Amino acid sequence: MRLTLTVNGRPTSADHVWEGESLLYVLRERLGLPGSKNACEQGECGSCTVRLDGELVCACLVAAGQAEGAEVRTVEGMAGPDGELSPLQAAFVETGAVQCGFCTPGLLLAAEELLARAPHPGDADIREALAGNLCRCTGYENILDAVRLAASRAAQAPTDPNGGPDHDR
Amino acid sequence: MTVEPTAAPAAEPVIERPAARTATAPGVVPPPSGLTQRGDTAPDTSGGVGESTQRPDGVLKVTGEFAYASDLWHRDMLWGHTLRSPHAHAEIRSLDVAEALAVPGVYAVLTHEDLPAATHYGLEFADQPVLAVDRVRYQGEAVALVAADHPETARRAAERVRVEYAPLPVVHDEASATAPDAPVLHPERDDHHAPFVPHPNVVHRQPVTSGDPEGAEALAEVVVRGEYTVGMQDQAFLGPESGLAVPAEDGGIDLYVATQWLHVDQRQLAPVLGLPPERVRLTLGGVGGAFGAREDLSMQAHACLLALRTGRPVKMVYNRQESFVGHVHRHPATLAYEHGATRDGQLVYVKGRIVLDGGAYASSSPAVVGNAASLGVGPYRVPHVAMEALALYTNNPPCGAMRGFGAVQACFAYETQMDRLAAALGMDPVELRQRNALAQGDLMPTGQPVDSPAPVAELLRRVRARPLPPEHPWEAVGAGGEPGVDPRELPGGLANSSQGEGIVRGVGYGVGIKNVGFSEGFDDYSTARVRLAAVAGEPVVTVHTAMAEVGQGGVTVHAQIARTELGVSQVSILPADTSVGSAGSTSASRQTYMTGGAVRNTCLAVRAELLRRGRERLGAAQPGWHEPGLRLRDGAVVTAGGARLASLVEVLGEDAIDLELEFRHRPTQPFDRETGQGFGHVQYSFCAHRAVVDVDVELGLVRVVELAAAQDVGRAINPRAVRGQIHGGSTQGLGLAVLEEILVGPDGTIRNPSFTDYLIPTILDVPPMPVDILELADEHAPYGLRGVGEAPTLSATPAIVAAIRQATGRALARVPVRPEHLTTGP
Amino acid sequence: MEFLRPATWREALAVKAAHPEAVPLAGGTDLMVEINFDRRRPEILLDLTRVPELRAWRAEPGAVRIGACVPYRTVIDRMAAELPALAQAARTVGSPQIRNRGTVAGNLGSASPAGDAHPALLAAGARVEVASARGTRTVPVEEFYLGPKRNALAPDELIHSVVVQRATGPQQFAKVGSRNAMVIAVCAVALALHPDTRTVRTAVGSAAPTPLRATGAEEFLTGVLAEGDHWATGRPPPPAAAARFAELVAAACSPIDDVRGSADYRRHAVRVLARRTLDRAWRARPRPTPEGAPA
Repeated sequence: MRLTLTVNGRPTSADHVWEGESLLYVLRERLGLPGSKNACEQGECGSCTVRLDGELVCACLVAAGQAEGAEVRTVEGMAGPDGELSPLQAAFVETGAVQCGFCTPGLLLAAEELLARAPHPGDADIREALAGNLCRCTGYENILDAVRLAASRAAQAPTDPNGGPDHDR
Repeated sequence: MTVEPTAAPAAEPVIERPAARTATAPGVVPPPSGLTQRGDTAPDTSGGVGESTQRPDGVLKVTGEFAYASDLWHRDMLWGHTLRSPHAHAEIRSLDVAEALAVPGVYAVLTHEDLPAATHYGLEFADQPVLAVDRVRYQGEAVALVAADHPETARRAAERVRVEYAPLPVVHDEASATAPDAPVLHPERDDHHAPFVPHPNVVHRQPVTSGDPEGAEALAEVVVRGEYTVGMQDQAFLGPESGLAVPAEDGGIDLYVATQWLHVDQRQLAPVLGLPPERVRLTLGGVGGAFGAREDLSMQAHACLLALRTGRPVKMVYNRQESFVGHVHRHPATLAYEHGATRDGQLVYVKGRIVLDGGAYASSSPAVVGNAASLGVGPYRVPHVAMEALALYTNNPPCGAMRGFGAVQACFAYETQMDRLAAALGMDPVELRQRNALAQGDLMPTGQPVDSPAPVAELLRRVRARPLPPEHPWEAVGAGGEPGVDPRELPGGLANSSQGEGIVRGVGYGVGIKNVGFSEGFDDYSTARVRLAAVAGEPVVTVHTAMAEVGQGGVTVHAQIARTELGVSQVSILPADTSVGSAGSTSASRQTYMTGGAVRNTCLAVRAELLRRGRERLGAAQPGWHEPGLRLRDGAVVTAGGARLASLVEVLGEDAIDLELEFRHRPTQPFDRETGQGFGHVQYSFCAHRAVVDVDVELGLVRVVELAAAQDVGRAINPRAVRGQIHGGSTQGLGLAVLEEILVGPDGTIRNPSFTDYLIPTILDVPPMPVDILELADEHAPYGLRGVGEAPTLSATPAIVAAIRQATGRALARVPVRPEHLTTGP
Repeated sequence: MEFLRPATWREALAVKAAHPEAVPLAGGTDLMVEINFDRRRPEILLDLTRVPELRAWRAEPGAVRIGACVPYRTVIDRMAAELPALAQAARTVGSPQIRNRGTVAGNLGSASPAGDAHPALLAAGARVEVASARGTRTVPVEEFYLGPKRNALAPDELIHSVVVQRATGPQQFAKVGSRNAMVIAVCAVALALHPDTRTVRTAVGSAAPTPLRATGAEEFLTGVLAEGDHWATGRPPPPAAAARFAELVAAACSPIDDVRGSADYRRHAVRVLARRTLDRAWRARPRPTPEGAPA
């Protein structure tokens, strides 16, 4: 079947998609976007995390056809047009939150979604939001540091209108 | 068997060319290339040794551009798939691939009959069939291979390979493996251990004896005995086994693969492919974690065989379920110990017997045995020792390398013994450990002197001295000021199993000892090629090694070392491949020592050559060139007094300096087969942990509240990376303590090959992990550094279990601890 | 394989009538795993996520109707006041990513005994509205589970919505998993106090071939509360009675040994959770008015 969708703001399509394929397979093997990772293909690791119409999802569990007409955001869409890293990306590099890096794209998407709805998360909020993303290398300590750093920088940034309300859970 | 590549194209599914990739001539998405990084310009060449510089591949990894092995793509590529045995032990009566070959879109189906040359491979000895011949010895053993134009086509075709199995009795533990009438799994074995083993189903056995362990029994006033079990842990790296094999015009093969050791793969592949090694060229694909699981071959030979047969590039990627049978695991172990001590807490003797289940093939079992035997008493001074370790051949999943191998299993047992001994003596468990702590100048049970710092007592002091985390961390204040509960701070987390009911706190300690580098007389070396050249008026260093960067940060460290030694800011790290000499394995905590040492070693030779040229070209005019103590700094040669003699660019001119040199650590010796005596290890590494846990004692659920570590690293080349290693290692120790186990049924099959049921710690399972780093130099090692990666994996496990014991009063002689061990039964 | 995306409920039912083998797909959190791992190859995938009415939820008299494609995230964020046990259960499902996609109806369609929503539905009281081209029928949730991964749907039927009774008193859901997040239940218990009818309902998941209500325990406790006039006085049930209640809940189970836990442990843990959920729910009960009726 033919699949038409918008990925990182760019309309795109793929032909001859097998009906049983996942959105993850389409992104990686048909659209040349392998940044979303294939670690478990059963929704138990978060490595393939993308935003689907804004929602955080495991791309491995979205049937390709369900993404018809959808807007998908992947790690490839996070940096600026000139390659400038997003604040979260920069924080991940700076704090040592990246070792092998296989979990990194998924964690970046999950952390981005968290900070969008809760600009000043507490540690427990960060942990709850990232609990669907396994990392086998870092023990998560530097990942927490990265999210805290990105949040604190956003709070200090002059463009930030006093941040948002704290995550209320 | 093959069908011609001109076979009718598949009806469906059809591979569509990913648009974004076809632009990449010549079709291969390359692995990470030319990681160039510039240190900040600062007074001294910054970004050097001792700084927490950033990873040179960090930006690629956060933008999704870093090409992992599973991301590789080639415009003509086929997908390989492996048919595996459903039986743990069976005779293969017949194999028929005709129906599979007839599936449209299938290009080749291979069985053992199609192998062109050697039929077996192996890390230490070649006992593993490339494809099963007439017998399978474990569930998941590779039987046949399919290459097709879509993974789904390959799977469908593999289903149509007809295999007739006749199941055989399964050998699954020491009793069944060493029974007089046990089926011998490798009747024709001719490895170097075979003549010395007590039973042909024993891979290797190593005793270690020192002092007079029998006579010492009379000297002991207190004796504790215990039997312990360590379950089968999995490395559970996130990036699946994967690679892309591309047939070359010279009849050879180019393999892009995620591995830990390119050259040991090449050494095993060449005979299997019937090619000279120089035509088996490997390049490291991006590696998504390793932890030992990539030291053995997985898909390497299979993809190459399919590619050579079809003449097409072949990609193979395991899914998670296949990954669980596609690599070796940590050896499960049973350990029996007896500790004798005086009433004032001096260890008199330790006797121990460690039985490791190696599964169907040897892998690195002999080295695991050597570690378990030689490190089996732990970081303690023990005058009389009788240790024995052995590994079995069974029909269980093959076991081999995982972070801390041999030492992890022993550490759980000897540290539990130390706690039991402390209880029997009425002593504080930390004080007992400190009283017997190993120190520089002591002898190991192998007779090897500990000839560099061994601050075991100090590490324990440091973790104990930390303030304890507050109790009742779940107590929160609600929106209206009323007391509330944050379930995320409780055992069970969001499951709401406890709102504070049944929670008891416990504190426990552990300390361990791990060897660094390859031991027992192995010729362990690494190679580095370093090129210093002037590029566009600036000095640039290019470092080329075959070191497998698996996430540990070796590439970061190499750039730091080059900057420090050559005073050059801009350093390029070339992709790891087999066009440069072996770097050895990314395992055994060895790469910063060995390939870091090799980079330093070559840099020193490049510097010597540069200074020689400088003296030759400029020395007549500048007497400073003949002073002692010249340094390279900020792209220039300076005297000891700081006077600038010339820029590196001036000295180099058009002529680059380009050297490739090998680096070796000091030699070691094999252990004596009877006594275990010998200078067997290069270096020792020590880490101590204090664990604080909250246990829901009614439900048996555990939340680790804090896991503090102290480790001596000799010299922290990159302090942030060191902490990252300690965090990661500690977390894997936490996993072994309370979560992680591959469950193998009595029929030898894995019952939980998925991330649904093989549970690794999430961010809600891992607590804050404060780290205390000591830097006591080892004069034998480059920069005085000490390998870091494995030691923290050892002691985290016993520390956590000790804390759970304190909270529950249960004996807990087995890891991982499961909820039922804390609630039901005795 | 065919992939069909009906735009209306009528169209979806027509497809299912014509192709009973078509497999409905919503969040994909169960079905896609089976497809990814080659355990299942449906001839037709029937994607229901485009049907507008299935994506909606709304309050009804005494109940909340949850469309078949409403994800757990919405249950957590929007229904915690009306359906506290279900919202608590939803928060324990998988990961944030799974909670954004997975649905209560999907839990019912899969009918795994370990589904987190089931005990909450049973304790609160719920009915499943199912439909086919032949018509619509309502199945009490107790009658929906027939066995492990078997439910009461006819081959041509689809789940339209789940109608869950609005809580009339405190509810509690608690689950045991061996990890602190993203874990399948070893066992789970939900308990609801129904002060309006002066009854208690409690249900267990992952401890029998199907999710089940522990009716013997419910009747026992309802009796104790009536005899001791506890509803009126607000005094908690005597500890011995609470313990007996927990025993009866555990006794209603028929668990198995599997990789996630032993049968003995499951029975034990169900007993502990039954006791804890009762204690918590009773503590959370509004103070009785002088007439003894709930505020």
